[in-house]
Amino acid sequence: MTQVEVLGLSAPERRRKRGILAMSILSILGLLFFALLPKMNEVTTFGFVMDKEWVFLHEWAVHSKSGSLLFSTISIIAVIGAYLLFRARKTIRIATSIFSISLFMSFLCWAARGKFIPFTGLLQGGLMLSVPLIFGAMAGVVSERSGVINIAIEGQLLFGAFASGVLASLTHQKWLGLLVAPIAGVLVSLLLATFAIKFGIDQVILGFVLNVLVIGITGFLYQRLLVPYQSTWNSGSGLTPIAIPILSKIPLVGPILFEQTIIVYLMYLIVTTINIALFKSKWGLRMRAVGEHPTAAESVGINVNKIRFRNVVLGGAIAGLGGAYFTLGAVGTFSRQMTAGAGFIALAALIFGKWSPMGAVAAALIFGFASNVESVLSIIGTPIPSEFMLMVPYVATVIAVSGIVGRVRAPAADGIPYKRGDSH
Amino acid sequence: MKSIFSKILAKISLPFLAFALAIFSGGILIAFSDRTVLPLIGSPWKFFTAAVHSAGNAYLALFQGSIFDSNLAKNGSFLKGFYPLTESLLIAAPLILAGLSVALAFKAGLFNIGAQGQFIFGAIGASYIGFAYELPPILHVLLALITAMVFSAIWGGFVGLLKAKTGAHEVIVTIMLNYVASFFLLWLLKTKVFLRPRAINPLAPPVHDSAKLPQFLGSDIRLNIGIFLALIAAYFVWWILNRSTWGFRFRAVGANAAAARTAGISVAFVTTAVMSISGALAGLGGAVQTLGSQFELTPDVAGSFGFDAITVALLGRANPVGTVFAAILFGALRAGGLTMQANTQNPVDIVLVIQALIVLFISAPALVKYIFRLKGLKGGASVASKGWNG
Amino acid sequence: MSLELRGITKSFGPLVANDSIDLFVADGEIHAILGENGAGKSTLMNIVYGLLSPDAGTISVGGKELNIQTPTDALAAGIGMVHQHFMLIPVFTVAENIVLGHEKTRRFGLLDLEKAKEEIRRVSKEFNFDVDPDAIVETLPVGIQQRVEIIKALIYDAKVLILDEPTAVLTPQETDELLKNMKNLRDKGTSIVFITHKLREVQEAADKITIIRRGKVVGTALPSASQEELASLMVGRPISLDIKKKPAQLGEVVLSVKNLNVHDVRGRRLVKNISLELRAGEIVAVAGVQGNGQSEFAQALLGLEELVDGEILLDGKNITKANVRESLHAGIAYIPESRELDGLIASFSIAENLILDLHDLEPYAKGPIMFPNVVAKEAEIRVKEFDVRLQSIQDPASSLSGGNKQKVVLARELSRPVKLVVASQPTRGLDVGSIEFVHERIISERDSGRAVLLFSTELDEVISLADRIAVMYAGEIIAIVPSDTSRAKLGLLMAGVRPGTKASA
Repeated sequence: MTQVEVLGLSAPERRRKRGILAMSILSILGLLFFALLPKMNEVTTFGFVMDKEWVFLHEWAVHSKSGSLLFSTISIIAVIGAYLLFRARKTIRIATSIFSISLFMSFLCWAARGKFIPFTGLLQGGLMLSVPLIFGAMAGVVSERSGVINIAIEGQLLFGAFASGVLASLTHQKWLGLLVAPIAGVLVSLLLATFAIKFGIDQVILGFVLNVLVIGITGFLYQRLLVPYQSTWNSGSGLTPIAIPILSKIPLVGPILFEQTIIVYLMYLIVTTINIALFKSKWGLRMRAVGEHPTAAESVGINVNKIRFRNVVLGGAIAGLGGAYFTLGAVGTFSRQMTAGAGFIALAALIFGKWSPMGAVAAALIFGFASNVESVLSIIGTPIPSEFMLMVPYVATVIAVSGIVGRVRAPAADGIPYKRGDSH
Repeated sequence: MKSIFSKILAKISLPFLAFALAIFSGGILIAFSDRTVLPLIGSPWKFFTAAVHSAGNAYLALFQGSIFDSNLAKNGSFLKGFYPLTESLLIAAPLILAGLSVALAFKAGLFNIGAQGQFIFGAIGASYIGFAYELPPILHVLLALITAMVFSAIWGGFVGLLKAKTGAHEVIVTIMLNYVASFFLLWLLKTKVFLRPRAINPLAPPVHDSAKLPQFLGSDIRLNIGIFLALIAAYFVWWILNRSTWGFRFRAVGANAAAARTAGISVAFVTTAVMSISGALAGLGGAVQTLGSQFELTPDVAGSFGFDAITVALLGRANPVGTVFAAILFGALRAGGLTMQANTQNPVDIVLVIQALIVLFISAPALVKYIFRLKGLKGGASVASKGWNG
Repeated sequence: MSLELRGITKSFGPLVANDSIDLFVADGEIHAILGENGAGKSTLMNIVYGLLSPDAGTISVGGKELNIQTPTDALAAGIGMVHQHFMLIPVFTVAENIVLGHEKTRRFGLLDLEKAKEEIRRVSKEFNFDVDPDAIVETLPVGIQQRVEIIKALIYDAKVLILDEPTAVLTPQETDELLKNMKNLRDKGTSIVFITHKLREVQEAADKITIIRRGKVVGTALPSASQEELASLMVGRPISLDIKKKPAQLGEVVLSVKNLNVHDVRGRRLVKNISLELRAGEIVAVAGVQGNGQSEFAQALLGLEELVDGEILLDGKNITKANVRESLHAGIAYIPESRELDGLIASFSIAENLILDLHDLEPYAKGPIMFPNVVAKEAEIRVKEFDVRLQSIQDPASSLSGGNKQKVVLARELSRPVKLVVASQPTRGLDVGSIEFVHERIISERDSGRAVLLFSTELDEVISLADRIAVMYAGEIIAIVPSDTSRAKLGLLMAGVRPGTKASA
């Protein structure tokens, strides 16, 4: 039995130190560039009312300089707090969140000086952009925790978007479109499951090829049928949002969370179910066993490949439903490659969240939010070129997977095909 | 004699059958999306003939666009009919280079999905040298090519370095950097330096004639020396992998990184070096595309070369010779696809579908065997299955 | 409950792993299956447990013939198995591991672990196992993990318990406890089949012994048989268990290690303040149970560990911070613990494997260019010298048997001019013939004036090869003792009992 001794800083602690160093540099830079250096002193107005919710505060007009100063100071305090509470993991997370939020607010005060920011709208947009990412990340959780890498999330989203848009248009029934979306995702994931599990093909390549296949088929049909015969094939309209009584009237939170299409409500359900089931149910236990140590699972009589197959297909259904969000959850019509890499960002959110459902959701929210800031600011008109703002989610992903999380540990058997009798 | 023949037959029978299956599936897609075919579903014979007619026309156009066009042969000599073949090779040249980029990375155990972004930076470098300077022809071309390779080697090497230092998986990083590269290009084309005077759309100035790759079959035929550059690069990659100490290390790390490390090979160095060389190859592809056929930088200069490069490398089983042949095949498909799109209203995306299906069938010989009830097909996965931790 | 096997046959392609094996385990008996590595013992037990299907033969439990296709069938028939490599999921708790496959659920499929946890505590108490149902398996020491495996079998009413090489990872003390527990179980009515290649254990615990060689049963014996008899049956020819070696002829100090510390990425110190000196012409064996820092120590010598402080001098040259390449070229031959994982590249040819760490040196290469024909020529010479059985040197290394793979590793490492040979578990998983070859080779290296540092968990090997023995426990060298130290004393040292304390007297 090895007795171990902790000497010096462990790797997670060193990483935390680096993180705090980075945060302090950023907060000081923020103070300089957003608050102290700029000469202008216009008014930034934050609007807090969306539509029909109860009004707590109509809007908040603040001098851009004072606002930036205020928030930059808060961010510096948060960093100091993080430094003082170095060893406490949970408090550090809170401090980091406060830091990020306040730095972001000071950025907004500067970037939108003299202009009006629909703040609730900003948050709502962020959530909306996160929706497909969350669906994709959940699909990833279910598949990868069982041990199958799912790079084909992009294809599943796209095919779900395509199928739901087309069917809704053909039948003039949005509900049929919603119903067919998961089926479309399943079709793609059936291919993934068959080729990965039955034929043992490398799952990264396989996922990638399936994405190309879906892009090709949907692009072909789009050009061939949807564009020339738009009224038949591509004239669907989006689902109308359903406001949940009372809850949707809560200021700020209400319109963001509780006035959405049914797809989003299904998302809440799926996230909650997976989060509970993964760690507390028989299905979750077997799934994790199969993803960590398939040989051990088999030795107690579990059929490893059957579970993997089923879960990959389930993941496809989830992602397909998420794809419907692009069409039915928005305007209703399909356009070429409309998922624009959301599937890959969802995968990055999964890794950033260390393959845990809530972690992946948090990461997806961050990424979705980052995408939305760009669109809001470019509407308002800010000095940064829009292309660079468009890069933000992608750059954020690179930073996320290369530093902040440290060396992540995927489910131990993730990506490695299993044959009965392996390692005996 | 018979044994050599049967050996060759065994080796190509799987790719051939995979190709046949993919073409057949593509034909189904073409026929079923044809407005004139679907309504006839009531009468099976009429439906069948209409379907065959539709798909047949499409594939005929494909052939005429990629290999031989009898219309062109009528007006001039017979040889003129092979003009489409030169177009196929024109597209194949940058594709060979991009495919080599991915193939080399595969051999070292790395997935270089970033050929698209590296291609873009190569195109940027070549385009800039091409339009911003005036130099004597040979020097101009050389400088443009070298600049292209340097830019893209850095773009690719960065990914390798990131993986070596932080363990960031290159699949996610390269996919993300592809998007970053595309946006960067979009922005670049709006800047004063890069925007063509009096242009409304994002378009760079055309490169000077002194920077263009020389055509060698006369000025009517667009095929240029880029194809030779590609073939030389293929030989170079083969030589590195099989005859040099560097290649030994690349292959060792690709096969078993732990054993390589225990034998004193620096995995970090190999990762960075391989991604840099891969980047340079893909960038050279971008340069060849810019200086050989496109001549002006546009936002979609990379087109689908990124996807295609990967499918080419997979079909070519990650070895240089196979990659060359696969690139020529897929180049022909693309050239033909453009003609098919123009003549028969079948969007060129069908080529993507066919490519993906070919790769899929190639990697699952069991499936092909099952479909054709065959025995003893040689083939299978050419790249070892790995997880995120591998 | 009795267990009877008749005519069990199993082939893997051309290799016949089990050839018409008959076995009879009586009710309430401890039956040992003895055979060297590769004899087919594990295959046989995997068949009994339903992990593999036999090509022919029948299995009967309690007199009734059964059709066992999956582990579930085996469990239902009352057969339980404790595998050599534990079938436990490291990130799960003990309770989660034990309920896996037999989960009880409440509404909506939610797990109900309470009853299971009670059962675990009950069985644990009955056998004095001291296992906490909520502990996470990967935090438990190996001995306790094994107990979890045993509890797993007992909870599901195993009447026949199969133990596959159970003592491979245990200290001598833990081994004694296990053998005691086995007898306890037998007395309570469970039949036990245990697979091993260790003669000592067989004599101590078995009621009856079946010897398997090359897939066939070659005889049965009682524990009263002598070790030489058993060994001869196991190997097929009379073998002497003593290794003859000349007295050591010591030269200069080759390796000097001072205050070596090695940390892992999480900051834990795995090697603590080790100091050791090795002279040319001697073999120092580092003894100790797996997991006490030996692997990290060996890797640090080669430069494979990052967080190292202290001093390592090879022939006077400081190689503490040297990387792997520099260490190898400075004169270290390294035979890694796992030839498959980091000793050889399976897909590379045998010839290429023979120059894995020499590929950029003359005459194999000049500058960046490699010369395959030179590589091939040298390879032919090496494989003859080391008696490697193969078809062609261009075949992939994966085509070789375990013993021949190890010979390739030896051929590579020992054919260049080295001063120090570091051998980590060099005979693990090898058949007796290969083991003899490796031992002979190690001794001849030592006699040619090289220093040999041998890491081994096999106490017999340590005692017979070493000139001095360094015992490692919890990352420290707890003592360096002469090679004629008693087994009992060595066992105590390996368990962490320091010399000079009361218990060691």
